[in-house]
Amino acid sequence: MTVTDLVSYEDALASYDPVMGLEVHVELGTKTKMFCGCSTELKQDANSQTCPTCLGLPGSLPVVNAIGVESAVKIGLALNCEIAEWCRFARKNYFYPDMPKNFQTSQYDEPIAFNGYLDVQLEDGEIFRVQIERAHMEEDTGKSLHVGGATGRIHGASHSLLDYNRAGIPLIEIVTKPIEGAGTRAPEVAKAYVAELRELIKALGVSEARMEQGQMRCDVNLSLRPHGREEFGTRSETKNVNSLRSVERAARFEIQRHAAVLNSGGTIVQETRHFHEEDGSTTAGRIKDNAEDYRYFPEPDLVPVAPAREWVEELRKGLPELPRVRRNRLREEWGVSEHDMQSMLNAGAIDPIVATIEAGADAASARKWWMGELARNANESGRDLASLPITPEQVARVTALVKEGSLNDKLARQVIEGVLAGEGGPDDVVEKRGLKVVSDEGALSTAVDEAIAANAGIADKIRSGKVAAAGALVGAVMKATRGQADAARVRELILEKLGVTEG
Amino acid sequence: MTDAHIIRLTAAETAAKIASGELTAVEVTEAHLARIDAVDEKVHAFLHVDRAGALAQARAVDAKRENGEKLGPLAGVPLALKDIFTTEGIPTTVGSKILEGWIPPYDATLTKKLKAADVVILGKTNMDEFAMGSSTENSAYGPTGNPWDLTKIPGGSGGGSSAALASFEAPLAIGTDTGGSIRQPAAVTGTVGVKPTYGGVSRYGMVAFSSSLDQGGPCARTVLDAALLHEVIAGHDPLDSTSIDAPVPPVVEAARNGSVAGMRVGVVKQFRGEGYQAGVLQRFDESVELMRGLGAEIVELDCPSFDLGLSAYYLIAPSECSSNLARFDAMRYGLRVGDDGTKSAEEVTALTREAGFGDEVKRRIILGTYALSSGYYDAYYGSAQKVRTLITQDFEKAFEKVDVIVSPTTPTTAFPIGERADDPMAMYLADLCTIPTNLAGNAAMSLPCGLAPEDGMPVGLQIIAPAMKDDRLYKVGAAVEAAFVEKWGHPLLEEAPSL
Amino acid sequence: MPGITREEVAHLARLARLELKGEELDHFAGQLDDIIGAVARVSEVADQDVPPTSHPLPLTNVMRADEVRPSLTPEQALSGAPAQEQQRFKVPQILGED
Ligand SMILES: [Mg+2]
Ligand SMILES: [Zn+2]
Repeated sequence: MTVTDLVSYEDALASYDPVMGLEVHVELGTKTKMFCGCSTELKQDANSQTCPTCLGLPGSLPVVNAIGVESAVKIGLALNCEIAEWCRFARKNYFYPDMPKNFQTSQYDEPIAFNGYLDVQLEDGEIFRVQIERAHMEEDTGKSLHVGGATGRIHGASHSLLDYNRAGIPLIEIVTKPIEGAGTRAPEVAKAYVAELRELIKALGVSEARMEQGQMRCDVNLSLRPHGREEFGTRSETKNVNSLRSVERAARFEIQRHAAVLNSGGTIVQETRHFHEEDGSTTAGRIKDNAEDYRYFPEPDLVPVAPAREWVEELRKGLPELPRVRRNRLREEWGVSEHDMQSMLNAGAIDPIVATIEAGADAASARKWWMGELARNANESGRDLASLPITPEQVARVTALVKEGSLNDKLARQVIEGVLAGEGGPDDVVEKRGLKVVSDEGALSTAVDEAIAANAGIADKIRSGKVAAAGALVGAVMKATRGQADAARVRELILEKLGVTEG
Repeated sequence: MTDAHIIRLTAAETAAKIASGELTAVEVTEAHLARIDAVDEKVHAFLHVDRAGALAQARAVDAKRENGEKLGPLAGVPLALKDIFTTEGIPTTVGSKILEGWIPPYDATLTKKLKAADVVILGKTNMDEFAMGSSTENSAYGPTGNPWDLTKIPGGSGGGSSAALASFEAPLAIGTDTGGSIRQPAAVTGTVGVKPTYGGVSRYGMVAFSSSLDQGGPCARTVLDAALLHEVIAGHDPLDSTSIDAPVPPVVEAARNGSVAGMRVGVVKQFRGEGYQAGVLQRFDESVELMRGLGAEIVELDCPSFDLGLSAYYLIAPSECSSNLARFDAMRYGLRVGDDGTKSAEEVTALTREAGFGDEVKRRIILGTYALSSGYYDAYYGSAQKVRTLITQDFEKAFEKVDVIVSPTTPTTAFPIGERADDPMAMYLADLCTIPTNLAGNAAMSLPCGLAPEDGMPVGLQIIAPAMKDDRLYKVGAAVEAAFVEKWGHPLLEEAPSL
Repeated sequence: MPGITREEVAHLARLARLELKGEELDHFAGQLDDIIGAVARVSEVADQDVPPTSHPLPLTNVMRADEVRPSLTPEQALSGAPAQEQQRFKVPQILGED
């Protein structure tokens, strides 16, 4: 199936009703792995964070990370789930070289959290409730580097190199119930759900949930059924859709692809699919037939987890304000539209803005810088806002300098540019680059006089009433003062000296 | 003291003589290394002898003593370690080709405890591959002989350890018991073996066969020696989630104060009948009479679920092993076969496992894969777990009426090497009496109770105690042992032929 | 309880990554059929209303504090590797997902 064979989105939705299931894996931000004491710190030397347990050496045994369990319970509670009174780990048996024991220690029919929901807000403010089937604990796999093929792909590779630093990092897998009734908004719901979940995870402090770093990964299961039919169609499972935008695109693509297959009388194969960032398409992966048999059984090396009710209630009391509730509160405090709020959410700007306000900036300025200059820079450098090398405190300092008149907007932008370039804090940049509004009236007056003298023709035009020409003289003064003058004051001075008043 | 004398000392005697300076640890170690040199070619108890490591440890003990430092209760006593425990820098094969040449980068908790107690580890002993078997014939490195008759099996899976004891190559050994692999070898070699309560001895660094059944434990020639070793290796380990966080039962004290007077001793009706050798039952019945004579009250017990024990075991153990042994895939350690640059990882894994595992291991992996597969799980694995509950309940009811249960350890004495090698069902029967204990997790011991009249081979008496009551095994075992030694005029092993 | 066929043994061997030879399949199929025939007795209790025991210990909530413990060095981790490159385990080409 090629892209050109797709049915248009509108036509697909005219005939079919999409049903989605979303499976999200979140890597917890614990200090150590789920079942051993190895550090989880990212970007370390290959195989420098492994031990007998996470390498699956003969004789090694797992021991559960208490914070892993606590995080799972917190996530479950925030997702309005029931928390199991007693549950176990299970082994999911299948061979793959990135999995040292050739079974994944996971949970099967006894997840720690189940039967919940997450309300997500769509761009127009409408609330859509996504039902949660379960959230369970498991462990991540190692990372493979495929050598000898084209651009690190597995096909055509001559061999692979394995680094098990990531093997055993705690994961929480969150699975929705089938999402029905979203209709044409299914892709938007998918994206909003993942965005909301990410905010929730971050607010709980259990993970930074950076999708671009693989700390949060999403599988999109999708099927279509003709309008009016109860039973679900056959689903496809698009794996590792790792950005919010991709989640939306993958759902959209699969709706169009399924519709095309079904319209042409074909049947959907139950298979995994791979998403391609470049064009938003998916391609077929592994067919899921009955040969797949994970032979789950209770993990005999671990004992059951039985979260005490008092402890669960304690954790419930300690939950932070839910992101959606918080966002609505902030939206009212800031007096912005749903749409603007959504843009800030998508840009990951809400936390930096709040922090900037807490550091003393006014809300409007904080929003202006983070959603303007900084968002642009993040976009261009392919980073997210939180990872820019500037702190909310520094942004607040810039707004303070503008407020006291030491900087104008243009200079403030240069200061921010300097901070981002690693030249130090705002005051260091001001100092080093010599950026200061020239507020000395005497110096400014001299500069204006010089500009008038040097541009006699223009001065005459202004005197004769062509006030619009003043711009050229302002420009000359700004140039002479290297942009450090207050342009409005310069204009006033020019008009004053030439004896003209603004029309 | 001559080497011949040294090697026949008990561990307790050896430790005392080293502590008093009558013997040095180096002398003791050298005597045992010489014995190994002299007889192990015939017995084949060891897969690896760590001569240098053993002597270094012995020298360290002697230096400690000279410096007046405090020595552990078994300081300087040599020990034969089953090749299932990881030993940093020393090969660990688990009796399998798939781990040939593997040198672990870490010590098992049990290995660490032995070292910390100044025990001298002589080397690693032979075993059925991955502890699957009852004869040590499944070792990829050839069988071990029974020192009583080298043409017969020394039991299994820990046949190397039992043979090392019975041939006086070591006064102490370590075994592991998943379905009887400590007790059955002890029974057929006339030695003492204890399966502690599940969770009593750390499994960290003990290569897993069946995680919910496996338990390491002490092997020795006397009940007291077993208790001394038990105390060294037992105790809570934070690296093993299934390790019991409670004080070790007072096993040494119990072994020093043997008595059955006033104790209620249960005899389970299911532990006899078809398949039991007459001489085995005869010696067992005499043992019961001996205990009655020592003041025990004998109580008949009915534990109907025990009849299903073997079946449940041969579903649970293979299921867990099919998963535990999946890690041997030729990717990170061990054997790799067929990697010619054209084959896939999947193919290389399958070829390596085919070449690296023996028949019994393959049989159990397939059986376990079957029992866990969808569609069969409930009927097989699920039912087996229900049997497990029923067996536990039968034990609980029994222990309301009695303090310990006794039975023959094995239905027969040692059989000839080769006799049951390709008859798995016949082989499995060797563990008939030992398996219920593994399923329930409680503690059991085997100790010698005589020779079967028909073949002159040792017979084992099994004593079973409730979980966490391991000390009762030693209390009863020590009393029975003393009575038998008095009756025979010497320990049973003195009747073993010299090699 | 049904017995086990040669084809089933072949399927199970594939699941378990065992490249069994033809004669082994026949041999194992016969033996496994016997063993399964014998151990299938456990299903006598399938209908009994007793809870399954997956573990002999009545323990729950055994956990460790989230504190870093020393890892192996990469040299130790790789010490048993059949092949290595760039401080990583070198393995044959992996078929499957891309
Ligand atoms: Mg998962
Ligand atoms: Zn680790």
